[in-house]
Amino acid sequence: MEAATHPIGLYLKVWLLLFVLSTFSYLVDFFHVAGYLRWMLILLLMVAKAGLIVAVFMHLRWERAALIYVVLAPPACLLVLAWLMWLESGYTFFTRLLYFR
Amino acid sequence: MSKPDATAGWQGMVADWSGDRAAFRVPWGKAMMWIFLLSDTFIFGSFLTGYMSVRIATTAAWPNPSEVFSLTIGGAKLPLILIAIMTFVLITSSGTMAMAVNYAYRRERGRCAALMLLTAVLGATFVCMQAFEWSKLIAEGVRPWTNPDGAAQFGACFFMITGFHGLHVTAGVIYLSIVARRVLRGHYERGGNYDIVEIAGLYWHFVDLVWVFIFALFYLW
Repeated sequence: MEAATHPIGLYLKVWLLLFVLSTFSYLVDFFHVAGYLRWMLILLLMVAKAGLIVAVFMHLRWERAALIYVVLAPPACLLVLAWLMWLESGYTFFTRLLYFR
Repeated sequence: MSKPDATAGWQGMVADWSGDRAAFRVPWGKAMMWIFLLSDTFIFGSFLTGYMSVRIATTAAWPNPSEVFSLTIGGAKLPLILIAIMTFVLITSSGTMAMAVNYAYRRERGRCAALMLLTAVLGATFVCMQAFEWSKLIAEGVRPWTNPDGAAQFGACFFMITGFHGLHVTAGVIYLSIVARRVLRGHYERGGNYDIVEIAGLYWHFVDLVWVFIFALFYLW
C-alpha cells in the first residue's frame, strides 16, 4: 500500500494548515466581516478545508481516476439541487411578503 | 497477462470501466465505504439544502448564530467560542486518525491503536461539548418548533443537522474503539491485512468533512 510511504510530517503539515484555515474562518465571524466579502471568505475557506481533508487525509489524491470521479462527480447533482432550491426559496420569500404579512 | 499499467487519468478511467472486470482497484471494503460515504453525502447535502431553503424563504428574522452560540468566559462575551473549540477538536482527531492509518501500514500496531484511541477520545469530547450546547439551548427555550430569538425554523434545522452529525460522531467513536481494540490484540496480525484501519479512517474523516460544511453554512452564515 502506497499509504505507508507518506511521511508523518505530511499529516502534521496538513493538520496545521487546517488549524490555520479554521482560525481564519472563526476570525471572519469575530471581526464581523459582512456582505459579499463574508460570503466569499466563508466559502473559500470551507472549500479549501474540505479539499485538504478529502485529498490528503482520505488519500483521494493518490487513488485511480475511476474511484476519484465516482466520488466527486455525483455530488455535483447536489449543487444543481441547491441552485434550484435557492431560486425557489427566493420566489417563496417574495410571495410571502406579498400575501402573508 | 494483464496489460501494463500505462493508462492513467481519463484514459485509465475508460479502460477500467470498459475492461469487463472489477472497476475499482482497491480492497472491496474500501470501495464499499466510499460508496456508503457518497450516499451519506447526499443525506447531509439534502439536509443543508433544506436548511438553506427555509432560511431564505422565512420572513421572520433568523436568529444570529454569532450571538446564540456565544459564551461568557471570565466576564468577556465570546462569539461562537464553543463551536470554534469543537472544530479544533474534530480537526485534531482527523489528524491523529490519518497518522494511525500510516502506522497501521507500517505495522506499528501499538502506536496505531494508541492514535486510534486518542481519536476516539477526541470524538467523545466533541459529543460531550455538543451535549452541553444542546442543553444550554434547550434551557434557553429553543425547540424544534419555536425559539426566543426569531424564525421558528431555526430550531428544526439546528437539532436535525447537528443531531444527525452527532449521531455519526457517536457511531464513529464506537467503530474506532472496536477496531483499535482488535489492532491492539493483534487480530489483524495473522492475515497481515490492516485495510480496516484505513476504511475506519475514511469514515472518521468524512465526519470531520461534514462538520466543515455545517460550521461554514450553519454557524458562520
